[in-house]
Amino acid sequence: MTFLRVTGLSKSFGGVKAVDQVDFTVKAGHVFSIIGPNGAGKTTLFNLLTGLTMPDAGAIILDGEDVTGLPAHQLAARGVSRSFQNLQIFFNMTALENVMVGNHLHTTRRFLPCLFGSSSVRDSEARTRIFAEELMHYVGLGDYVDADASALPYGALKRLEIARALATRPRILMLDEPAAGLNPAETAEIDALIKRIAEDGITVLLVEHDMHLVWGVSDHIMVLNHGRVLAEGTAEEIRANPEVVEAYLGHRARER
Amino acid sequence: MNGTRLQRYGGLLLLALALALGPLFLQNGFHYNVAILAGLNAIVCIGLNLLIGYAGQISLGHAGFYALGAYASAILPDRFGFHPLGAMITGAVAVGLIAFAVARPILRLKGHYLAMATLGMGIIVSIVLDQEVDITGGPDGMPVGDLSAFGYVVSGNLAWYTLVAILLFITVWLALNLVHSPVGRALKAVHGSEIAAAAMGVDVFHYKVLVFVVSAIIASVAGSIFAHYSGFITPDEGSFIHSIELVTMVVLGGMASITGSIVGAVLLTVLPQMLADFHDYEMIVFGAILMSMMILMPKGLVPTLAGLFKGRRS
Amino acid sequence: MLAEFLQFLFSGLTVGAIYGLIGLGFAVIYNASHVINFAQGEFVMIGGMATVFLMKAGVPMPLAILIAIAGAAAVGWVLARFGIETARGSTVVGLIIITIGASILLRGLAQVIWDRNFHALPAFAGDTPIQILGAALLPQSLIIGTALVLTMLGLRLFFEHTRIGKAMQATAIDPLAAQLVGIDTRRIVRLSFVLSAALGAMAGVLVAPITMTYANVGVMLGLKGFAATIVGGLGNPLGAIAGGLIVGIAEAMTAGYLTSAYKDAVAFIIILFVLLFMPNGLFGRAEVTKV
Repeated sequence: MTFLRVTGLSKSFGGVKAVDQVDFTVKAGHVFSIIGPNGAGKTTLFNLLTGLTMPDAGAIILDGEDVTGLPAHQLAARGVSRSFQNLQIFFNMTALENVMVGNHLHTTRRFLPCLFGSSSVRDSEARTRIFAEELMHYVGLGDYVDADASALPYGALKRLEIARALATRPRILMLDEPAAGLNPAETAEIDALIKRIAEDGITVLLVEHDMHLVWGVSDHIMVLNHGRVLAEGTAEEIRANPEVVEAYLGHRARER
Repeated sequence: MNGTRLQRYGGLLLLALALALGPLFLQNGFHYNVAILAGLNAIVCIGLNLLIGYAGQISLGHAGFYALGAYASAILPDRFGFHPLGAMITGAVAVGLIAFAVARPILRLKGHYLAMATLGMGIIVSIVLDQEVDITGGPDGMPVGDLSAFGYVVSGNLAWYTLVAILLFITVWLALNLVHSPVGRALKAVHGSEIAAAAMGVDVFHYKVLVFVVSAIIASVAGSIFAHYSGFITPDEGSFIHSIELVTMVVLGGMASITGSIVGAVLLTVLPQMLADFHDYEMIVFGAILMSMMILMPKGLVPTLAGLFKGRRS
Repeated sequence: MLAEFLQFLFSGLTVGAIYGLIGLGFAVIYNASHVINFAQGEFVMIGGMATVFLMKAGVPMPLAILIAIAGAAAVGWVLARFGIETARGSTVVGLIIITIGASILLRGLAQVIWDRNFHALPAFAGDTPIQILGAALLPQSLIIGTALVLTMLGLRLFFEHTRIGKAMQATAIDPLAAQLVGIDTRRIVRLSFVLSAALGAMAGVLVAPITMTYANVGVMLGLKGFAATIVGGLGNPLGAIAGGLIVGIAEAMTAGYLTSAYKDAVAFIIILFVLLFMPNGLFGRAEVTKV
């Protein structure tokens, strides 16, 4: 069953086509990975899909609904959530509060009840706190529940972003380089975490440079180059595609 | 009841106690005057801190809203026969609407641009108050009638003190509720990272406008109370300098700290009175404090001290 | 009709040039450090007041002016070294407050060291107006205009043909890259404060014969200079000059044809208008936040 369908999506910045006529579909429950060299347009594509950037052309159909051009907070309400490549942590809060912000749409947040501290707000806050704590344990941050976000090490912040995104109760989770800057042990934990998230029925869209991670978790892989789709298929098909090897993998291999 | 809520109610209890015991230490009219002004400043600063400290949006024009509230309470009863409470509410609603109207375009701006836009807005208000001599009395100011309600006229130091103390307590209580709710968390999220907040479902612009309007209304009501209390107001209430004083109180006391706003307001209301004997040096000391505080304790007094205390305990 | 218009235009261009010079100071500092220096108006005040009091002490005018400008530049250095550098890592709001504190401190010092009175400076080239098509042009206006043009040419030479000027340009474009190629960005920041303090003081000396000077003269002049920078696009030196002239002319025309009561509001109405409809100023570039 198709969960996300993207057609003809395009975005230029000052004449440079960052994303150019991109089409793809993501099946519900799949881990769909997007790979490509730096500057291929992966992050721009994420920003378009999450409403942080408005597309020049094309359509985004989410579970049958046209959501093209909706702002980020409205997409979040429709079950789209994400992490950020260069961390976007709320450093002015505790780690737990970061995750609680993720639950914003599911809290009692009308102004007057919040102002007067009504019991419905208190109950909702207690539920949110428990849910956020559970999520922190789920991503392996149980030790940091009461810590200030600024006190967390880099690897923990990566997982905090995932916990915060999960707190929105997403139907599709977009992870932008969740393993960037992590050591192999930490990457293995992210690998396991992504698999668990997918098993729990959440569709995952993954942008990642770590190929071991990508081969291991992906149901389907799309290769972007210069803002265009270069190839698409399973891990085996991608690895066997000479064009991909030349444009991307070969290039990388030569670097090493 | 969990830890933070216990702290919150403990803090409120302490505040109530301090406010109730206050008159024991106030020995003359001058002391009462300083206490009442400090209380009013604290109320404005709590609102302003929601905007600056929590949501991270600067305003260099909030004295304008304060002055509009004050002038509404001066003009409406005198010229149009409004009841003082009616005038206060009308002023607050009007300020709320003005704030809403200007917030929509202004809050799309960031950093320096937002500072400049709010500054420009505040200065325009004070220039209008200065120039519309027929309505406002111009630079010479205008008298304000009594504050009365239900046949009772607020007069005398203790009555004014009590009124301001109650209003301050209510403001603190409501502000604490708000900051410990999803709304307060959303405001802090907007401060922390607007794009992450939006991606988490927080309607960033909605919350910016909301907190701007709320802080403006609080300033307006405090301005109304001040007008009745002092009995005479001038366009200086809306001056750029007054806006700066308010921001300074917030920053000195501590960003995103309700206690900090009270401490900052009290300190910067009392200090100039103490320096009045050294009138010539008042500005030097004031400026030096402002600079050194921001350089040495950029988080403000209360958060810095709280951090030290926390660090020593653990 | 025409005479009247010309008269307003002359006075608008004169104050506009002053706003432009002050705005230029804002732009220079902003480019080097991304700080908005709310004490910029106080440099203007120091220029005028120091010249007045040096002359009272018997120092001949040209020397008094030079000392006043050098003194303001020294204050600029102190502010950068001890106010801005020690507060590295402060937020935008924090830096705004530090410079506001400096502004209050400098005004307080001026009141104590000098006084609270208004002072006039004699016009540099006499008070006999030049008649042009029925409008009177003060020689001081010509001097201000000349000073503005010379300053622009001087800055251009400085930025494009000296090593340190090029380093400042590079820092403005990309501070990190500048640091990587070995530019001492702290020195650049200090220099920017010195330079813009000198520019401000010069504006203060130039305008004193027309508007008088006093300890608080810098408040409004500083804000209007800031307005000029915003109108021209934050960090755009030529834009600041153009912005200053626009604000000055609009002010003079409003005072002349509409109402002098709202003369001071004009600058701020223009600011709001520009910010709301052209958020990057008339000549600014859009800033893009990278995710």
